[in-house]
Amino acid sequence: MSNKPTLMIDGNEATARMAYQVSEVIAIYPITPSSNMGEWADEWAAKSLPNLWGAVPRVIEMQSEGGAAGTLHGALTGGALATSFTASQGLLLFIPNMYKIAGELTSLVLHVSARALASHALSIFGDHSDVMACRATGFAMLASGSVQEAQDFALIAQAATLEGRVPVLHFFDGFRTSHEVSKIDAVENDVIRAMIDQELVSAHRGRALSPEHPVIRGTSQNPDVFFQSRERCNPYYTAFPAIVQRAMDRFEQLTGRRYRLFDYVGAPDAERVIVMMGSGAETVEETVQHLTERGEKVGLLKVRLYRPWSAADFLAALPASATSIAVLDRTKEPGADGEPLYKDVLTTLAQATATGRALPRVIGGRYGLGSKEFTPGMVKSVFDGLVAPFGRNEFTVGINDDVSNLSLAWDPDFRTDAARNCQSALFWGLGSDGTVSANKNSIKIIGEATDLYAQGYFVYDSKKSGAVTISHLRFGPEKIRSAYLVEPDMAQFVACHQTVFVERYDLLDHAAPGGVFLLNTPAADVWASLPVRMQMQIQKKKLRLFAIDAYQVAEAAGMGRRINTIMQTCFFAISGILPREQAIDAIKHAVEKTYGRKSKRLADLNFTAIDKTLEHLRQIDVPAGEGAGEIPALSHAMARSKLPDFVRDVTLPIYLGLGDSLPVSMMPVDGTFPVGTAKYEKRNIALAIPVWEADLCTQCGKCVFVCPHTAIRARAFVGESLADAPASFKHVPARSKDYPPGTHISYQVAAEDCTGCGDCVEACPIHDKSNVSRLAVNMVPITPELRDQESANLEYFLAQPEFDRGAVKHTTIPGSMLLDSLFEYSGACAGCGETPYIRLATQLFGDRMLIANATGCSSIYGGNLPTTPYTTNAAGQGPAWSNSLFEDNAEFGLGMRLAADHQMDYAKALVREMADGIGADLADALVAAEQREESGLHEQRKRVAILLDKLKTSTHPRAAELAAVAEWLIRRSVWIIGGDGWAYDIGYGGLDHVLAQPYDVNILVLDTEVYSNTGGQTSKATPIGAVAKFSAGGKVTAKKDLGKLAMDYGHVYVAHVAYGAKDVQTLKVFHEAEAYPGPSLIIAYSPCIAHGVDMLYNLRQQDMAVKTGHWPLFRYDPRMEASGVNPFRLDSAPPSVPLKTFMDSETRFAMLARSHPETAARLAEAAQAEVTRRFSGYQGMAAGLANEPKTGD
Amino acid sequence: MIDLSTDYVGLKLKNPLVPSASPLSHDVDMARQLEDAGAAAIVMYSLFEEDVRTEDAMADRFLLNSTLGHAESDGFMPDQGEFKGMVERYLEQLTKLKRSLEIPVVASLNGISSSGWLEFGRELEAAGADALELNIYHVAADMTESGASVERRYFDLLTELRGEVKLPIIMKLSPFFSSLPHFVKQLEYAGARGVSLFNRFYQPDIELSDPLSMSDRIHLSTSDEALLRLRWLSVLHGRVNLTLAATGGVHTWQDAAKMLLAGADVVHMASCLLQHGPGRLFEILAGLTRWMEEREYESVAQLKGSMSQRNLTEPGAVCRANYVSMVDRFEPPAGVWR
Repeated sequence: MSNKPTLMIDGNEATARMAYQVSEVIAIYPITPSSNMGEWADEWAAKSLPNLWGAVPRVIEMQSEGGAAGTLHGALTGGALATSFTASQGLLLFIPNMYKIAGELTSLVLHVSARALASHALSIFGDHSDVMACRATGFAMLASGSVQEAQDFALIAQAATLEGRVPVLHFFDGFRTSHEVSKIDAVENDVIRAMIDQELVSAHRGRALSPEHPVIRGTSQNPDVFFQSRERCNPYYTAFPAIVQRAMDRFEQLTGRRYRLFDYVGAPDAERVIVMMGSGAETVEETVQHLTERGEKVGLLKVRLYRPWSAADFLAALPASATSIAVLDRTKEPGADGEPLYKDVLTTLAQATATGRALPRVIGGRYGLGSKEFTPGMVKSVFDGLVAPFGRNEFTVGINDDVSNLSLAWDPDFRTDAARNCQSALFWGLGSDGTVSANKNSIKIIGEATDLYAQGYFVYDSKKSGAVTISHLRFGPEKIRSAYLVEPDMAQFVACHQTVFVERYDLLDHAAPGGVFLLNTPAADVWASLPVRMQMQIQKKKLRLFAIDAYQVAEAAGMGRRINTIMQTCFFAISGILPREQAIDAIKHAVEKTYGRKSKRLADLNFTAIDKTLEHLRQIDVPAGEGAGEIPALSHAMARSKLPDFVRDVTLPIYLGLGDSLPVSMMPVDGTFPVGTAKYEKRNIALAIPVWEADLCTQCGKCVFVCPHTAIRARAFVGESLADAPASFKHVPARSKDYPPGTHISYQVAAEDCTGCGDCVEACPIHDKSNVSRLAVNMVPITPELRDQESANLEYFLAQPEFDRGAVKHTTIPGSMLLDSLFEYSGACAGCGETPYIRLATQLFGDRMLIANATGCSSIYGGNLPTTPYTTNAAGQGPAWSNSLFEDNAEFGLGMRLAADHQMDYAKALVREMADGIGADLADALVAAEQREESGLHEQRKRVAILLDKLKTSTHPRAAELAAVAEWLIRRSVWIIGGDGWAYDIGYGGLDHVLAQPYDVNILVLDTEVYSNTGGQTSKATPIGAVAKFSAGGKVTAKKDLGKLAMDYGHVYVAHVAYGAKDVQTLKVFHEAEAYPGPSLIIAYSPCIAHGVDMLYNLRQQDMAVKTGHWPLFRYDPRMEASGVNPFRLDSAPPSVPLKTFMDSETRFAMLARSHPETAARLAEAAQAEVTRRFSGYQGMAAGLANEPKTGD
Repeated sequence: MIDLSTDYVGLKLKNPLVPSASPLSHDVDMARQLEDAGAAAIVMYSLFEEDVRTEDAMADRFLLNSTLGHAESDGFMPDQGEFKGMVERYLEQLTKLKRSLEIPVVASLNGISSSGWLEFGRELEAAGADALELNIYHVAADMTESGASVERRYFDLLTELRGEVKLPIIMKLSPFFSSLPHFVKQLEYAGARGVSLFNRFYQPDIELSDPLSMSDRIHLSTSDEALLRLRWLSVLHGRVNLTLAATGGVHTWQDAAKMLLAGADVVHMASCLLQHGPGRLFEILAGLTRWMEEREYESVAQLKGSMSQRNLTEPGAVCRANYVSMVDRFEPPAGVWR
């Protein structure tokens, strides 16, 4: 073992470690994939870890990146060493301040995990489009290509900015570097101290604004001097590259790691050279090494310092022998004649011709957008392309572009020696089964216990429930530069932690011949349990097959369904990377570290499980055979369904993990996709599903109302129409007298779409009189027979027409729940507290909804490919949905409202103008239509249909014009939906402005009281006493009372709802809000797994939130004021349960009592006082002007 | 001056009054008040196996192992550093109580299985506990579990705990044993130093709410419950070499006196202290002392067991099962049914 200090960490942590040491103020805002850097800083500050100067940096979470940028600017102006971490849209919000910070020559390093910018779609993944948008800000730009470099350059950048006063944007690739766990040489504090010149730090402080020696900065300048002033900074930029190089040289003296502004690797006499920056350069280096060893004259020029661009250093680093150069950009500038790096290189080379240097051929290519894989095969194709003459100077690599024909073909089977010489392993798991954490742990063990290099990279799908994870691990004696996933046929070890995957995924495509396949399975006869396809692959690749029933081992050891340490033990036992005893000791040590004093019992259970594992691990005999013949294709349930063309050709391949193979032509040109696709997924993730007991049921509709996945739905039917129903299809006569005799009701479960959360059963109020445990709906373990039966029943159920919407009472729960949902089977977490609100809105208003959705959980389960839960009714109408940004959602929705209003006015004007031809009665009715209620809308739809019919034969010159806008005569219901991060924080300015307007928008705030999607950061909706990221010691200030702020306007309809506490009030609020002709704000309490409570108890938690006064229910309806009635109604009774009962039931509060008991007690008291104060305030409001009952009905 | 001292599993107590496991010991100040009021020792609140398990499950799922498997987040909660688990907090409170009190402190473990938590007994011992009360909270409701195997559960746990600690162990028992004296004797052979009679189980109750539900209200004891203890203390006194503790139903000095007369070495109380505060202990002690003075008792030792079965002129009275004659003598209030 080497004594050199090493770390097994990811790029975010490596960067944050350096940044933390040299910072005093850290202002951040969470955004993927940079959030972890801020979280690390927050965590270290919470533990009072000192920086280089022995002080604890102040870490503050702001309301947006714009806020973080302003704070950063202020802190720098105040003389502090400050930093921030961001990416993508967040970086865009930094830009205005970046100009200021650079213009004022302020020393700063801003660390960016580079991520794609949202254009035709959002992508959380990596490319350089965000950092490239900052080229003009005046920031220097330093690119890291690996975890090692992210650490090293974070420090080098800090040293350079202090000396050169040019602020630095230090960036590395989002996910590929930010989230790759890799073994790196650690930079210790003595190196940091040696790199940071204290005099320069003092000089930075000396430039602070101070009343002791006042100056003014940030003046406004006139045409006389602005230009000269702007040019004044030039010498600093001229000097900066040399300053960075000096810092690199100093770093080399201290650590032995050598960096240049432009680092060349490859053949000294290379003819073909790739120029690029970022993690892709690692893959190119690996490929170049492979090719040069085979005599190819190829090389790579890595760009480190991209701005200020040093032409001289570039030319000095580029071998003069290079005759053909490919410049690779990880960004796209549509309409430009080349991407930025390409043009910089080309300009430099063209300028160099003046000195007599020959101009090589230079072509520019794009690769890796949105984390598209960039493999050695692709690199080789670029080098190959430099031999063959290209038709044009622009190309792409990594995709099949059959539209513009720009893409290079590559050999998918090309492998480098480096890839062949290291060990690779692949692990398939579920997000919830701990596979990823076990693998992070394994890679740490290997990295720390051996001299081997190790790398871990983790791939997730976009679902929040039943998400699949694939862990890609590599280890070997050589430094690992493979910045790409483990490729097919390369994994010597493949493990499948979930038996169901064997039918769904091509698990063994990646297995290397002669490798190992480890399967977690309860099957006694493992071989016979495998699909033929897999058996053939095992035989063909001569794999060794191992099996364990990990769930049984876990259960026997008292660990429930936690299998991570068991599977980890199997991996070490089979792979033999470490001596078995040493590996087991290391796993136990890790367990000890996790549980420590927190729970010795859990540690012991894990130890038992680890010890028992080897007794249960068995090698399975593989019957002799060659696996000859064609291996059958995977057959997923979705593939067997009858699918619309688009779904078959595009959605299905994406779902099956084959999206990489889709050519450009298959993609919509503008990011527009069809709706109604989630229903094809048939994810089959529930272990138990609800079964309806028709005899007991009172048809109250509560189970449908609470279902987060629309997996239990109700419909009314004309009884006789059900004659052809399957025998097992349950339906009973409607109990309500509201329906004509002969009407039948059915509650049907979508067995393959249910997540098994159990909320429907929790909601069911009906108990069998003879056996209270039997409800009208009960969870039953799913069997293939039950699944098939209910799937057939669902198919029949959905094939029947929706009951006449006009004949259903929309204002009652039983009635409204008979309305079809136009939001179904979302990928939200099992038991999600948000989705029932959205589902309800679509049941009531779906056919006329326009939805503006803020970025966050609701945009992920609402609009993350491959599918969307939004769907249509039988007439093809349904919610039309779009996501603009995180910060502008209220404004985005307002724009939709204005467009709808304008087009309606325009259409009405045309109707009036053409009244004679249309018919005066129809024209009058179309213009004056009352469309607040469903019935009015229904009538208007009929009128519009007649109008369109008439227009077909109309000879009026504007007939076509009216036909094009006639649909806008139907009132649009505009919904602005988002979470509390949007509404309380980043989007509050816009939300407030929209509320201040008189326009008819419905704003639904899904309040989880925390940033859910980015991983639990504090928002201004977080209640006092709750623990969240950036409030590790418990939030000390009270939750913002958004409702009260909105009510202050007087003209805004405002309500607090919690469907689990009072569903009738929720329903009433949705109707009232939608019917209100001005802005409506519904603040909806949404329990979230982030609260640290099982979502089976979602409804109980809502009820408790209301009963403790944590979430008072109220409505403020400005319409009441006109009739002299108090517009404010309190819909919940005074608190009847102490707040502590609620707080004790959720980990977000309860954990504080463990970590900071005194603070917890103090905050719990403050929280109770706040709840009491607020409730009494509301009571005062309810009493204020009241001449109506003080509590609502 | 009456000698109120008594022996409790080898510990010499200044009097026989010992607050039993209750929330009062969560608060060091309250424990001090109990000491000031005359408590001779204190049994700490119980470390419940069920609570340890629940907290473990919550911490494991949401804090220590909160793998979400989302690309955007690994987990929701910030790292809380080395936060303290329930066992650790219990040990801390024990240390605080030991530091603040002069009277012995008895730790209390409450559980039904031996899965990895009894070893905390060793840590309790190291933290200064003077004795351990082992409360086996088991309702024998399993049709396949025989009386013998129920008893075996107690022996196993006791044996296991004895393997961990040298401290004296008191077994807190339920009244539901088919042959209590035999069982207690076996516990003595297995190494118990005392028995505490009897545990009060949570009594399920039905809420006539809609929907119908089981109640989770706590019912505090009443003096009536003392009678059950009285009989068995009386039976056991002098027949086993164990400390006998009376627990459940002691609310007044009279109750306490009766327990001692029946054969208790110590008298526990909790409900009366929860209802009336630590002052009640002082009142009971004062009442007991006064009564003993009036009756010219010299010591608690003299009083203890003087009315136990062995010392009764008519020992059968304690074991009388047939009370028809007593029922016959019952006089209802006038006009009720006569």
